[in-house]
Amino acid sequence: MSGTHTDAAISRRVRKLEALLEERGIVAGAALDEALDAFLAGSSPLNGARIVARAWTDPAFKERLLADGTSAVAELGYAAGGVQPQRLRVVENTARTHNVVVCTLCSCYPVRLLGPSPSWYKSEAYRSRVVREPRAVLAEFGCVLPADTEITVWDSSAETRYLVLPRRPAGTDDLTEQALTDLVTRNALIGTATL
Amino acid sequence: MTDRFASGARVRTVHHDPTHHTRLPRYARGKRGVIVEPEGRHPLADIRSQGRGDAPLEQVYAVRFAARELWGEGDHEVVLDLWESYLEPEAEAGH
Repeated sequence: MSGTHTDAAISRRVRKLEALLEERGIVAGAALDEALDAFLAGSSPLNGARIVARAWTDPAFKERLLADGTSAVAELGYAAGGVQPQRLRVVENTARTHNVVVCTLCSCYPVRLLGPSPSWYKSEAYRSRVVREPRAVLAEFGCVLPADTEITVWDSSAETRYLVLPRRPAGTDDLTEQALTDLVTRNALIGTATL
Repeated sequence: MTDRFASGARVRTVHHDPTHHTRLPRYARGKRGVIVEPEGRHPLADIRSQGRGDAPLEQVYAVRFAARELWGEGDHEVVLDLWESYLEPEAEAGH
């Protein structure tokens, strides 16, 4: 896993640490890779999409999801955290409000619900600009919002992870929950796209 | 332990600039905000990141800031998750 990291210095440090852990008998040879593979195999934006489709079709679930995201996604067998449990807060886009998520200090991200984060999410440009000029950054993503839409940027740099509940597209009243799941994109769950 | 701040309370972030790791981003130091909600108690990141086992367990709050307060311009809002140590009541900060 560390071999896929683009930063050579941190890769070297991680490899050294892995080697030491194995050398001292703290972890067995392939155990780290197995643990990472198992974690990532269950991590995908499809998880977030399923949560959103359920919220669109089940008003009571949506209410629970917005009140206590951690417990509500657990009903569907999901958790925001990986190695350690993490609190999940779901923020809802409406006709008047739009939410977008960032971690300005590093790259905190609900990996379990969204899969590995895209490279732009970890880029200095996104992290420094979206808190300062979200409307311009969103426009660069092709997400142009009405001038009177109120934007909230959630800087998830501590112990809570955030998921955006996008607005349900018009004309989808007849779709099944499964078909709705297919409409939800990763960027819509981060807030850099609408549907 | 009771929380120092309630939802809706006006706060100001401290203006510290420590040499060690902190989870109070530079852009949000010395800024006025409003508590959205408490998020649960966690070991203070500043101490924990130094590998010390005595990090105090503190309430972390979601705190809402107006863009104008943070950047002097803009009409959006930014919500940050901040440990109690990073916050002072706005009245105490002299405004």
